[in-house]
Amino acid sequence: MVTATLDVAEAARRLLDQVTDPEIPVLTIADIGILRGVGVDPDGRVVVTITPTYSGCPAMDVIAEDIVTVLASEGFDASVEMTFTPAWTTEWMTDEAKRKLAGFGIAPPGSVIGIVDEVLCPNCSEATSRIISEYSSTACKRMLVCTSCGEPFDQFKAI
Amino acid sequence: MNTVTTSTALGTYLVRLADDNLVLGQRLGEYISHAPELEEDLAIANTGLDHIGMARHLFTLAGEVEGDGRSEDDFAMFRSEREFTNVLLVEQPNVDFGYLTTRQFFFDAYQVPLWQRLSASTHDQLSGIAAKGLKEATYHLRRSSSWMIRLGDGTAESHRRVQESIDGLWRFTAELCATDDVEAELADAGVAPRSSDLRAEWERTVDAVLEEATLTRSGDPFQTSGGRGGMHTEHLGHLVAQLQWMQRSHPGLSW
Repeated sequence: MVTATLDVAEAARRLLDQVTDPEIPVLTIADIGILRGVGVDPDGRVVVTITPTYSGCPAMDVIAEDIVTVLASEGFDASVEMTFTPAWTTEWMTDEAKRKLAGFGIAPPGSVIGIVDEVLCPNCSEATSRIISEYSSTACKRMLVCTSCGEPFDQFKAI
Repeated sequence: MNTVTTSTALGTYLVRLADDNLVLGQRLGEYISHAPELEEDLAIANTGLDHIGMARHLFTLAGEVEGDGRSEDDFAMFRSEREFTNVLLVEQPNVDFGYLTTRQFFFDAYQVPLWQRLSASTHDQLSGIAAKGLKEATYHLRRSSSWMIRLGDGTAESHRRVQESIDGLWRFTAELCATDDVEAELADAGVAPRSSDLRAEWERTVDAVLEEATLTRSGDPFQTSGGRGGMHTEHLGHLVAQLQWMQRSHPGLSW
C-alpha cells in the first residue's frame, strides 16, 4: 500500500512537469519553486501543495486550474492546497530554470543576500545595464536597459 | 489566556490589517495611467496588486478565525464604510504623484517593522503571511524611499510639491502606531506587537530618508485618528462605492 501511494504521488508529480507558469511558459511550476509537494490523502486523492511567488500573483488561480486539469486528463482526482510557509524565494530556482529564463530573454535573479550580482543582457550578454523601473510587466520582474546594445529587458527580481 | 476573547481580538486585528491593504491597493489602482511615466504605472499597479493579495490572505484567515463562514469577498464587498477599520492615511486621495509617493512611503515605513514582528507571531498562519508580506514591503519601501529622495532633492517644483504632501499627510501618521485594547490582548498572547512599539523604527526610517531628500517633518503638531473605530475622512465612502458597486448591483457576480 505504501508503495502504491508513492507510485501514485510520483506519477502525478511527473505529470506536473506539463504545468508551466502562464506568464513565463518556459518554466514549469517545479522549476520556479511554486510546486511544494505532491501527496496522496487516505481516500487516494492526489493533494498538490503550491505557494505563491507574490501574494497578489494573478497566475495562481490559473496554475491551480491547470494542475487539476492535467492530472484529471490521466485519471487522477486531485485537489490543490496553498501554503505560505516557508515563504517563496528565488533561491529555490534551479540552475536549469535560470538557463531557461535567460534563453527566453529574461535575466535570471541574482543572489538574495546583499551581493550585487552582474546582470547580463539577455540580448548581447554584456554586463552593463541600468534599472529603469523596480517593476515590470509582472510583479516578479523588474526592468533594465542594456547600455551596450540599448535593448530594454526584464530581470526576475531576487527575493 | 482566554482563548475565546483572543480569537475575537484576532479577527478584529486581521480585518484591520486587511482593510489597510485593500484600501491602499484600491487607491493605487485608481492611479494607473496617471503616473509620470509608463514604468511607474506598472510599478504602482504591481505594488497595488501586492497589497490586494495580502488583503485577500488576511480576510480569508479572518473568516476562518471568526468561524461564521465569511469569505474574503464578504469582507471586501459587503461591508459599509463605517465597518472598514483601515487607518486614515491609506484612504487619502491621489492628489498627485508626490502625494501618492509620500502616502506610500509613510505606510511602507510602518509596514516593514510590523511584518518583521508578526513574522515571529505565535499564530502560525499569521506568521507565514507576515513573512511573505515582509519581502514585498521591503521592496516597496526601497522604491518609495528612492522616489522621496528623487522628488525632494530634485527640482524646486518637485521639492515644493512633495514637502506639501508631507505637510498634508503628517496629521495621519500618529494613528499608524497607536495601540489599543485589541492589540494589548494579542500582545500578551504573543500573537501581535503593540503598534506603539513600531514608532521608534518608523521615525528612524522617515527621518533618515527625509534628511537625504532635503525634506523636513511637518511643523504642524495636529494629529487625527478614528479609522480603527470606523470613523473615516470623507474620502473613504467614495472609494468604497467605486470598489463595491458592481457586487452590490449584482451580488455574487463572478468571472
